[in-house]
Amino acid sequence: MTEVAHRLMVVDDSNVIRRRIERANELPGVEFVGAARNGVEALALYEAVHPTLVTMDLTMPEMDGAECVAKLVQRDPDIKILVISALADKLTAIDALEKGASGFLCKPFTDRQLNEALRKLIRT
Amino acid sequence: MSLESQVAVFVDGVLNYFDTTVQQSAQCGTPHLALSDKPEISDYTGVIQVTGKRTGMVAFTAPKSMLSVMLMRMQETDMGHENLCDLVGEIANTLSGNARRDFGHQFQISVPSVLSGRDSQLEYPPDLRPIVIPIDWRNYHARLIVCLGG
Repeated sequence: MTEVAHRLMVVDDSNVIRRRIERANELPGVEFVGAARNGVEALALYEAVHPTLVTMDLTMPEMDGAECVAKLVQRDPDIKILVISALADKLTAIDALEKGASGFLCKPFTDRQLNEALRKLIRT
Repeated sequence: MSLESQVAVFVDGVLNYFDTTVQQSAQCGTPHLALSDKPEISDYTGVIQVTGKRTGMVAFTAPKSMLSVMLMRMQETDMGHENLCDLVGEIANTLSGNARRDFGHQFQISVPSVLSGRDSQLEYPPDLRPIVIPIDWRNYHARLIVCLGG
């Protein structure tokens, strides 16, 4: 049995994307622990499940991903956050990294690209 | 940026979306200015409002059958109304967001809103004529409607 090394929380306002990321995750040692639809839900879920790894959309209602990244990093400076967004310009990626994200993956993505991005994140 | 270049950005986005997400290529037909002020829409329509240096809207409209097959290709088992709305909104969001690579950071996009039903009314910015990009995937026909000024 593989030991759980990372607890994965998925944050995206799209149910289809949340479920897809949950299904696509095939990394050993990465356990899916919950999903949230926006930044407000993500902060509440963080307190309940204490994820170590997060995928984060940017454009979401109530609280967007950039603000949520900053708040999660305040709570846990070691948390690893992969921003997954359709916003494909360089400035958006740089802004997310400056707020504390550890990686950036552009939508649309394949399952293989997702797993590769998560793998890279875990190694950092 | 010329009108042709703007359209090319969205056509490239559509082709990349289908290649990546459902891993089956789509074809884009000849983009054209809408013949009427209000182009026909399909069963589900995802709409993104654009603000910033450019203003207007981008909409992706598709039949229920096409969206259902796309969900299946994505290994999704729930083909209910909520997920069909979700997918059409996500496609509009992705195609609009990807356009920032070419249009720049000040191409601001809203969260998607979704219309269901062919009788729904899409609100177009006044004084702008929409560009319609036909999309063919398998035997299904969808459209991307781009209506941008500025």
